[in-house]
Amino acid sequence: MDLIADRGRRVTVEELNTTQLLRHAKRQADERKFEDVLIVDCDAHHYENENFNQILPYMENEVLKQLAMSARAKQGRGNVMPGGFGYQDMGGRVTRYPLRSTEKVEGTRQRDAQLGDRWMDAMGVDYSCLFPTGMLNVGLHPQKEMEFELCWAYARWVTEQALPDTNGRMYTMISLPFSDPEGCLRMVETFGDRPGVGGFMVTSVREKMAVYDNAYMKVYRAIEERGLTLAFHSGPHWGSHTFQSCNRFLSAHALGFSWFNILHCTNWVVNGMGERFPKMPVLWIEAGLAWVPFLMQRLDHEFMLRPSECPILKKKPSDYMRDMFYSSQPMEIQDMGALETTFRMINAETQLLYASDYPHWDFDLPQTIWDLPFLSEQGKHNILGGTAHKLFKLPPRNEAQKQNLIKHGNYIGA
Amino acid sequence: MAEQFVGKSSEFKDGERQIIQIGKREIGVFRHEGEFYAYSNICLHQGGPACEGLTIANVEERLRPDKTSMGLFFSDKDMNFVCPWHGYEYDMKTGEHISDRSQKLRKYQVLTKGDDVYVVA
Repeated sequence: MDLIADRGRRVTVEELNTTQLLRHAKRQADERKFEDVLIVDCDAHHYENENFNQILPYMENEVLKQLAMSARAKQGRGNVMPGGFGYQDMGGRVTRYPLRSTEKVEGTRQRDAQLGDRWMDAMGVDYSCLFPTGMLNVGLHPQKEMEFELCWAYARWVTEQALPDTNGRMYTMISLPFSDPEGCLRMVETFGDRPGVGGFMVTSVREKMAVYDNAYMKVYRAIEERGLTLAFHSGPHWGSHTFQSCNRFLSAHALGFSWFNILHCTNWVVNGMGERFPKMPVLWIEAGLAWVPFLMQRLDHEFMLRPSECPILKKKPSDYMRDMFYSSQPMEIQDMGALETTFRMINAETQLLYASDYPHWDFDLPQTIWDLPFLSEQGKHNILGGTAHKLFKLPPRNEAQKQNLIKHGNYIGA
Repeated sequence: MAEQFVGKSSEFKDGERQIIQIGKREIGVFRHEGEFYAYSNICLHQGGPACEGLTIANVEERLRPDKTSMGLFFSDKDMNFVCPWHGYEYDMKTGEHISDRSQKLRKYQVLTKGDDVYVVA
């Protein structure tokens, strides 16, 4: 297949085969004997818009469903999901974006499940938490009714059609229609006990989101009562007023992911959510790690000067942040000393979870954790899968993995 | 050091690349503006197939004498090749990462004997 390079020049590249593309990852995984290590990827993606023909019929409201399906029809000219503009594919440099449609799969098994097997097997990943891609912008939808309908339809599709086709290797945290607290509660009550649901996820690309609003307390309580995890998944939003001065995608991307987690984490901590729901694991996803030490220092500093504004807190903001969990990707490895300090500050050995973010352009392989020179063997096993094993109750896939979980004090049973 | 036959020069078109295997080593061989270049196919970042992605002209930002920007342009002379995993971009002629010249792919010598092309590895 030809890709377009500079000045319209065509460059011939082979059709995409994920196993072939990732054959070096497979070699690295074999060299490190990852088969013996339970590896859980807490943030991976698919492109749900490729499955809208299956997803949209699950919408409940007939009028909104007709609008959405009409917009998706060949003659339709509408968009179902708020779009994010940008250049994730780097002008075709990251070839799996333009070549994605060329990859062949077999039979009727869900395409995303087959592709998932290929990249998980190549990386040595045992389980992945499957998240959508375009739906990470659902919080920008102007209609809260449509936001609910899209989240509802996706939740039904992913739990009824997608996950059952993955042979138990993929799980998910269901995207909540956060503009609709009643709808959130209904989704927790409906989907919270379904197989493959490890928790619920809030897309944190939202201009106005008060995570501390009283309307959400019953939602958090329902998640906590079920022993599930609440995740905040960040993303870029170049269209935001905040980023209007960014003239490069790099700038909006680097800042956007960090910013939305910084914003909502600040509100979460300052309003004492950790005091109110101490048993609910909270996980911050896909903002890297460099933002966490900054925010810890910043909030602790202000808290010491203005404690009267957050009287519910019984310890410093950074202590509450150390109680929460963080996904590793995209891990900033440019300054190893700074990264080591970050790991210390967040108690990474118990609070960090490996994430690949595959197939997105800045994915991380498991060896980004495994090869860190300052990390203990215990820390490597915990971060790659032991901590996720405890959070999401994912069983080891072979005896060696089980023995390693036992050895490092992570095993909670099959 | 052994000489590994790559192919016939007459069949190796300008702008094409071949990936060859020498023992456990993967090497990417490019032909660009009549010259051959050969580099390790292991990306310095996370080990991706560095030589198997897009080749694309270097992007430059040109400034006027008063330091105002004229915008972004494709270079007329500098070509890069890009690792398809994450976009690590290397200078075709040197194998250096274009953002950090201290990071450099291993370069291999390419010999032509008559119409035959060899990599020395």
